[in-house]
Amino acid sequence: MAYPSDYKYTKEHEWIKADGGNATIGITDYAQQSLGDIVFVDLPKVGAEITVGKTLGSVESVKAVSDLYAPASGTVTEVNGALANAPEQINKDAHGSWMLKIKLKDPGELNALLSAADYEKFVAEESGH
Amino acid sequence: MKHMPRKATRHISQNEGLIFEKSSPGKAAWKLPPLDVPDVDTNKLLGPSERKDLGNMPEVSEIEIIRHFTRLSTWNYAIDLGMYPLGSCTMKYNPRVNEVVSRLEGLANGHPYQAERISQGALRIIKTLSECLLEITGMDDITLQPAAGAHGEFTGLLMVRAYHESKGAARKKVLIPDSAHGTNPATAAMVGYSVENLKSNSNGMVDVASLVAQMNEDVAALMLTNPNTLGVFEQEIHKIADLMHAKGGLLYMDGANMNALVGKVRPGDFGVDVMHLNLHKTFSTPHGGGGPGSGPVAIKKSLEPFLPKPVVVTKPDGTLGFEYDRPQSVGRVRSFYGNFGMFIRALAYILANGPDGLRQTTEDAVLNANYIRKGLEGVFDLPYSTPSMHEVVFSDKIQAKKGVRTMDLAKRLIDYGFHPYTTAFPLIVPGALMIEPTESESKEEMDLFIEAMKAIAEEVEEDPQIALQAPHNTRVSRLDETTAARKPVLRWKP
Amino acid sequence: MRYLPKSPADRQAMLKAIGSRSIDDLFSPVPAEYRLTRDLKVPRQMAEFEIVEWFRERSRENGDGYQSFLGAGAYSHYRPVIIDSLISRGEFLTAYTPYQAEVSQGTLQAIFEFQTMICELTGMEVANASMYDGSTAATEAVMMAVRLTGRRNVLAARSVHPEYREVLETYALHQSLPLTTVGFNADGRVNLKELENAITSETACILIQSPNFFGTIEDVAAIAEVAHKHGAMLAVSISEAISLGIVEPPRQADIVAMEAQSFGVPLGFGGPYCGVIATREKYVRQMPGRLAGQTTDKNGKRGFVLTLATREQHIRREKATSNICTNQALVALMANIFMTIYGKVGLRELAKQNLAKAAYASGQFEKHSKLLFCGAPRFNEFVIQTSEDPYAINGRILGNRMIGGLPLKKFYPELGNASLWCCTELTTRTAIDTAVGFVAESERSQRAMKESDSSSDMQEVTR
Repeated sequence: MAYPSDYKYTKEHEWIKADGGNATIGITDYAQQSLGDIVFVDLPKVGAEITVGKTLGSVESVKAVSDLYAPASGTVTEVNGALANAPEQINKDAHGSWMLKIKLKDPGELNALLSAADYEKFVAEESGH
Repeated sequence: MKHMPRKATRHISQNEGLIFEKSSPGKAAWKLPPLDVPDVDTNKLLGPSERKDLGNMPEVSEIEIIRHFTRLSTWNYAIDLGMYPLGSCTMKYNPRVNEVVSRLEGLANGHPYQAERISQGALRIIKTLSECLLEITGMDDITLQPAAGAHGEFTGLLMVRAYHESKGAARKKVLIPDSAHGTNPATAAMVGYSVENLKSNSNGMVDVASLVAQMNEDVAALMLTNPNTLGVFEQEIHKIADLMHAKGGLLYMDGANMNALVGKVRPGDFGVDVMHLNLHKTFSTPHGGGGPGSGPVAIKKSLEPFLPKPVVVTKPDGTLGFEYDRPQSVGRVRSFYGNFGMFIRALAYILANGPDGLRQTTEDAVLNANYIRKGLEGVFDLPYSTPSMHEVVFSDKIQAKKGVRTMDLAKRLIDYGFHPYTTAFPLIVPGALMIEPTESESKEEMDLFIEAMKAIAEEVEEDPQIALQAPHNTRVSRLDETTAARKPVLRWKP
Repeated sequence: MRYLPKSPADRQAMLKAIGSRSIDDLFSPVPAEYRLTRDLKVPRQMAEFEIVEWFRERSRENGDGYQSFLGAGAYSHYRPVIIDSLISRGEFLTAYTPYQAEVSQGTLQAIFEFQTMICELTGMEVANASMYDGSTAATEAVMMAVRLTGRRNVLAARSVHPEYREVLETYALHQSLPLTTVGFNADGRVNLKELENAITSETACILIQSPNFFGTIEDVAAIAEVAHKHGAMLAVSISEAISLGIVEPPRQADIVAMEAQSFGVPLGFGGPYCGVIATREKYVRQMPGRLAGQTTDKNGKRGFVLTLATREQHIRREKATSNICTNQALVALMANIFMTIYGKVGLRELAKQNLAKAAYASGQFEKHSKLLFCGAPRFNEFVIQTSEDPYAINGRILGNRMIGGLPLKKFYPELGNASLWCCTELTTRTAIDTAVGFVAESERSQRAMKESDSSSDMQEVTR
């Protein structure tokens, strides 16, 4: 699986794409594969503050719930409403399905995250290949 | 399919719609006598509160109702049909005399608020059952108020909290093994405790070193199941209890697995301070498709002041009554006194068994589980070599190599005429197959089960698709749970 | 032991197969210090007819065949016989929770029908497959409102069943949820002014009961307005389910928490009963308890499954919406069959008869004692106030194999000698007239005693 090189990644399988002082967040293809058919996404409201490393919501499949962790701190500016009716979009195209957009508090936080290459290595180790 | 099912199967071709699809105006299954008091003008009495229309409520006749539910029932598996190998559920025979005695009119029609003078029968049942359960558990006192196991856990933890508060500090945490049933942490959170996970060791038991490291004056209690959810008896229970008590903590026992202990071992003897029982598991009250249950909580003396109110007492004149003056009580966890109908059934079960029967029951339960373990050893992966008590946990490791997982094996078991075992629990065993036959299974039934499981394992080696597409012989197969969760349809609409 | 299907030969063969000499080997993991070496001190094994006789004795000691005027959250209604015929079928009685849908379609379809009918009756959009009882359902409804609003204060009407409020207190205590009680007027309804004063922007929900503990029907619309104006939710508890046949359901409520015991569940000295939660579709993910959903199988056939399981304890663990696991499925099935038997027309007729009996009784009692809470409509319960302590009157009534109304002093001391009476379709006119007679007699003697006291005073004065 090719992980987009202009994204950064967390060990909890979220991706984040920075664009100046703003960023877009989603979950990786590895995450959607492990979860199985996604049935519901629980996201914060616009205006909410999220803190790096803390839970910001969750993703549900039929038999499991996975917490979503904030890759960086900021204020929520937009939430992908389409996911409420079609959460399966994430299964079809995880890297192309954004969950929320934030105004970054400190763009420097992204430096601590994994590059596409590092994330690919990390996933390979995790799944024991 | 190479192997033919040898057990009786259900009536699967009968189609039956929803009751609303049979409804039409004018059909009726009821008849009321004429009023012996003056009729009323509803509009005058109720005004705008009057309801004019009951919408889409059905109108059908009595025979249609009888056929409807009878047909539905033929789609269910049940203990009356065959074994449920479900781990930690203790699906044992539901004796019918229990049903008869619970319907005796004085008991079935008793109002919870009727005078104590005419409630002596009910009170005696509560007292006798309480005494028997205390003798069985080796504890000092008991409440029968909680409606189910989870409710009992809640009540027990409330008392734990009250106990600590009476000593000056409620404490903040509860330790729960990673093998625990989901109700344990859910309950701890409801009582305002944070949950700390306790690792299991390579034998599947509580890792005592971890307990030593994690136990301190911030921990209110350890919630333990013994035997644990792997069916293994915590052999270091003495040390565990001592460690808890040394730092002022309490030992809570989830009594879901009492079927391995009744008449042979008593939790009160090995250091448990508070525990709940599941009358719908160990004491034969029927599961009824998901309840009602009953979850009595037994305690040591130190927790007695905190019991929910009311408690049953013997009055100076020798009669029984309810005592409400209990200043340190945790309060009520439900209205009235508990699932009284289940008390009757559990007591009838105890009376039918007596001391010999209870002991023999436990011995048979453990014998059965070990017989199945022996029969399937080598066929399925056994993650822990520790001896099993009344249940055994295998894993799908061998079959997973062919892409077949525990849920698929379970679905294929349905084709052989059995209800699946517990899949994917406990969480510490990936791909678990948790099997508890209970004492209600004969050698014949278990041999059929072992044969079926062996046949399925063989099939997996030859053609994994059989299991992956299972079940093949049921009316419906592999229902779409994903769509049901994405776009829930939770009621019929015209 | 007759429930155990093994012969001694079977046990021997099995031990041999396992490779153990005796059953004791299998208990060796239990430390010797804990292995019991004596019999349990429980009654000796009884034959079946001994068991039946033992319980028959208890039944006789339990006021068998008394005519009762008790309600207060547990109601005496007729149970059509086919309820027991059907639920006694082994496939319902001895079935497990329907986690394996393919072999549980009977239970699941029945739950789906139950959910549908509860929605129709309560005016809500979605209903669950039962909670423990009305008291825990009301409590869970409040917890749901707290989760949904993110607020922490709760207002509960004092006219909600006292034991329901006790349960709510127990649960609220450990979730740090300040609980405030709002009183009632002379007409028995919630005091709206007090409610307006008590509600704040921190109020998560208002809990009322309608018909309330006194049998009075609340002004649900007005209370809903107060709640919603302040961004709070309205939870309405219903303990007499039959009222839904003739009383408008609380359509303005956000959550309805019911006790369905009146729908064919035996009084059974307090349990098992059948709580239900019904609410609007948008709140479904915060609803506790099991839900059966319709779906299709791999061949496109309609079927039912337990759904939205991620709310529940076995997945969420400490983040679950509740810790409930086992619920009240078999009792819910009783309620299901009851609702199906009476149906659209029968439920209304049944409710009307209840209304008529209570109207007659309250009218008769009013001729001799004080009838409280007039000025608002009521269903099948009412409160009277007697000069004499109702315990004493009930003691006499008991001699006639009748059980009088519930004395209210212990719950509402300010109401003095008040008692709560309930009449259902099973209450006969003769019983009502007899009970009224006792109260009339009591009032007469009380008056006579007072008069003789004052006339002897007078004689003292004139001497």
